[in-house]
Amino acid sequence: MMRRMRKLSIRTSLLPMCAAALTCSLIAPAQAAWEPTKAVEVIVPAGAGGASDQMARLIQSIVLKHKLMKQPMIIQIKAGASGAEGAMDVQESKGDAHKILVAFSLIYTLPISTGLPLNWRIMNPLAMIAQDEFLLWNNAGSPYKTAKEFLDAVKAAPAGKFKMGGTGSKREDQLINFALNKVYGANFTYIPYKSGGEAATQLVGNHIDANVNNPSENIAQWRAGQVRALCVFSEQRMAYKTKVTKDQSWADIPTCKESGIDVQYQMLRAFFLPPGTTSDQAAYYVDLLRKVVATPEWKEYTERNALKQTFVTGQDFVKFLEKDDAYHHMLMKEAGFAKSK
Amino acid sequence: MEDLGSLFHGFAVALTWYNIGMMAVGIILGIIVGVLPGLGGPNGVAILLPLTFTMSPTSAIIMLSCLYWGTLFAGAITSILFNIPGETHSVATTFDGYPLAHQGRAGEALTSAFTGSFIGAFVGVLLITFLAPLVAKFALEFGPPEFFAVYLLTFSSFIGTGKDPFKTIIAMMLGFGLAAIGMDAVSGELRMTFGWSELLRGVAFLIVVIGLFGLGEILVSMEEGLAFEGKSAKINMKVVLQTWKKLPKYWLTLIRSSIIGCWMGITPGGATAASFMGYGVAKRFSKNGDKFGTGELEGVIAPETAAHAAGTAALLPMLALGIPGSATAAVLLGGLMIWGLQPGPLLFVEQKDFVWGLIASMYLSNIAGLIIVLSTVPLFAAILRIPFSIIAPIIIVVCAIGAYTVHSAMLDIWFMVAFGIVGYFLKKLDYPLAPLVLSVVLGRRTETSFRQAMLGSKGALDVFWSNALVGTITTLALIMLFWPVVSFAWSKLGQMRAHAIAAKRA
Amino acid sequence: MEQQQKQQDPHQGGVSERAVGAFTAIFIFFVGVVMIVDNYKLGAGWSKDGPESGYFPLRVGAILCIACVVVLLQTLYAKNRSTKTFVTWERLKLVLKVLLPTIAYVLAIQLIGIYVASALFIGAFMRAMDKSSWLKVLTISIGVSLALFWMFEVQFMVPLPKGPLEALFGY
Repeated sequence: MMRRMRKLSIRTSLLPMCAAALTCSLIAPAQAAWEPTKAVEVIVPAGAGGASDQMARLIQSIVLKHKLMKQPMIIQIKAGASGAEGAMDVQESKGDAHKILVAFSLIYTLPISTGLPLNWRIMNPLAMIAQDEFLLWNNAGSPYKTAKEFLDAVKAAPAGKFKMGGTGSKREDQLINFALNKVYGANFTYIPYKSGGEAATQLVGNHIDANVNNPSENIAQWRAGQVRALCVFSEQRMAYKTKVTKDQSWADIPTCKESGIDVQYQMLRAFFLPPGTTSDQAAYYVDLLRKVVATPEWKEYTERNALKQTFVTGQDFVKFLEKDDAYHHMLMKEAGFAKSK
Repeated sequence: MEDLGSLFHGFAVALTWYNIGMMAVGIILGIIVGVLPGLGGPNGVAILLPLTFTMSPTSAIIMLSCLYWGTLFAGAITSILFNIPGETHSVATTFDGYPLAHQGRAGEALTSAFTGSFIGAFVGVLLITFLAPLVAKFALEFGPPEFFAVYLLTFSSFIGTGKDPFKTIIAMMLGFGLAAIGMDAVSGELRMTFGWSELLRGVAFLIVVIGLFGLGEILVSMEEGLAFEGKSAKINMKVVLQTWKKLPKYWLTLIRSSIIGCWMGITPGGATAASFMGYGVAKRFSKNGDKFGTGELEGVIAPETAAHAAGTAALLPMLALGIPGSATAAVLLGGLMIWGLQPGPLLFVEQKDFVWGLIASMYLSNIAGLIIVLSTVPLFAAILRIPFSIIAPIIIVVCAIGAYTVHSAMLDIWFMVAFGIVGYFLKKLDYPLAPLVLSVVLGRRTETSFRQAMLGSKGALDVFWSNALVGTITTLALIMLFWPVVSFAWSKLGQMRAHAIAAKRA
Repeated sequence: MEQQQKQQDPHQGGVSERAVGAFTAIFIFFVGVVMIVDNYKLGAGWSKDGPESGYFPLRVGAILCIACVVVLLQTLYAKNRSTKTFVTWERLKLVLKVLLPTIAYVLAIQLIGIYVASALFIGAFMRAMDKSSWLKVLTISIGVSLALFWMFEVQFMVPLPKGPLEALFGY
């Protein structure tokens, strides 16, 4: 019974893919569905305890708790060189269907900033399971209470007066900083830190004037009234209406666009298989991920971290990746982050 | 006082038979993963995390923090017995611990290491209990210039440990060079990877250390004739009591290291910097300073006490600010979040029971940990009685596993072998290895915080004297840094004068 | 690398410490040169917002070079220069007896996985060193490997390199 249901759901998940690509005939429905034959390694190209690691461990615990997979799941942190270590490892493990990559925007930015031959197009995309929001934060003690007031002050100040901290160099946080400087004429000096957590404490300690952390990276400080959420870099406000601080919910934070700052940025949280793996194998994991995101634990996690819930797979996912890649490419080029040869 | 009430409530919660059982399980598992290379704290905690989801958060955190203690205690075991430090903070323990084991005094070395750790950790917990709110704020004072100043202080408290200053410089610079391989955190550029993707991840400290110390030591002892001279090691519990009798005379070292440790734990300098600083300072101020490195109990106590005081005190910023002080703490932090507990400023307010339960369990697990590890001393000391022909290949296997698991990379095992050969040469040519290891461990962080500070100040160096805190640390560091130069010049001058006088007389 | 340099040295009875010291210093000198060159290419100046990526490594390389020259001169010409032998051929043979099997062992890990390689290595080492009885050799070598396998693969699920034998059992 279980087996039949699994097959059924695989087939439904494949439908959109089939419709778009003409590879339908290759995926014979009669074939026995592929299943992992040994432990599956989940490669996390980011630091221990960071957002990617937490998500991977949560998925591991969900898979374990709901018995979604017969084989165990092992989490491997490969954070070297801003995650290039992990991403390159997956890319180089051709045909190994027991290895999946937890991906985020590094798949676009790393090849540009370092000149590494990393290329998501040759990997086997599984699905995007969420999008992370980015917010503009300042210290709660700062006199600037809205995004506009704050940025106007930053604009008027001489370069170097206002400092913005963020995760790493030539990555998403610095791109947003660049976009702010470009679109609004803000005058931030960017200081790279090891992690969003570090950027959060540095903001509380007044060593920097702003950061663009994800909700999960700043929530503790926000709730304690140490930092102020100015605006969110997205098209619409966030969906979560439960009060998080005494008087604010995530949904109460205006978008930056509303405040007259037209900068948008969201980051994918997605999974990839190494190159040379089959669509059967991909289908197994897509199905697994679909079951994971249906659990209450996942719902609770996304709400707690104010992640944008989404599930994109197949051809739609590839289209999304192309568009997102082009956007990053444009920003990286304009910011001058491309490696000079 | 309300807090003390909460603490006693915490004890009451923690002291059920079930929880005491969990403690023992946690500590024993911790010792196992701490002794086996390549598992280590982060792995141990990560592996147990899923299991704990079925328990109550309090039992779970008790078990995990016991595991944490177990791995901390166990770090000293391989350092002392085989010269292979399992974690960065037990490197300094090898300097005197291994020579002691070599002289057949492994039991004493282990006992003093464990006792030192216990005292350090205990002071750390006391600090957390009574000064939590005050201390948590202090960590916020630390921006890039302050971090740099602390690292500089660590380096300068350690300088002047070698005999030949130029060889010390070479060793230290080699360490800096190794640390620079990989991605530069400030610019995001790749350095010295020579277009080789295997070098992306850089050269991990553990690989350098396992090679230099572990394999290098086997090559040297092979040349010296096939034996660890640990055969005469006493293997009964008496050694614990005998060592304890000797410890009180090191009270000053214990206090000094505890203070250094607590301070380095709160200012997030970390346990590693603390252990090096503890060792360096003890060497400089001890009567037997020049005997350090040849097997002084004090040289084992100083780094261990400092490391554990720091490791414990570092849990405080983690709980109060949500920044993890170590990889193990990071995984623990992830665990807290999965249980729905949000580490951060409000944790002490919203989750009182949990926090005080945790602190209570830190007291209890530290004591339980000490009892358990002390009872294993004879067992571990007895390992050295195994014939060289059996233990040597097993150590090499263990080195290979340890090197592999750092990044799951085959190349790292080759690097480890290469460092073993390098270690053999450097050791025989009297290059000091400690400065090399110190700069591998702290080199990159020092550089990064310096450059972050420069970004913030637009390249102005006066940022290192921009407030009282950073100014004090920097000045202290500079004094310590040039102290050996000054005293060296002074003594040379004295010598020359003496020679001159002697020459005149003759 | 240094190993070869040493073997080429035509001393009898052993290698002098001076020769090895000098070679080591020269070798490290070249490490310094490589650092200087690579970081110079990267940009090693002091830009308007602080040092560039190559700033520190380049200087570290330069200090290495200078210190190596001093050490080289000390080793060769200092009054109190060492006249000791670094290692006698006899002793060197002992060292190679451990080093060469270790290299073979690492090579074997790559080909047949760490568990089989470890069993062979431990066994061979024991046999060669003090002619232990076959029973003892087999028990210890296989026992250690199995224990490691149980620990790493089964209990803690930390994957180590595996070869064809493990694949037979589905690992």
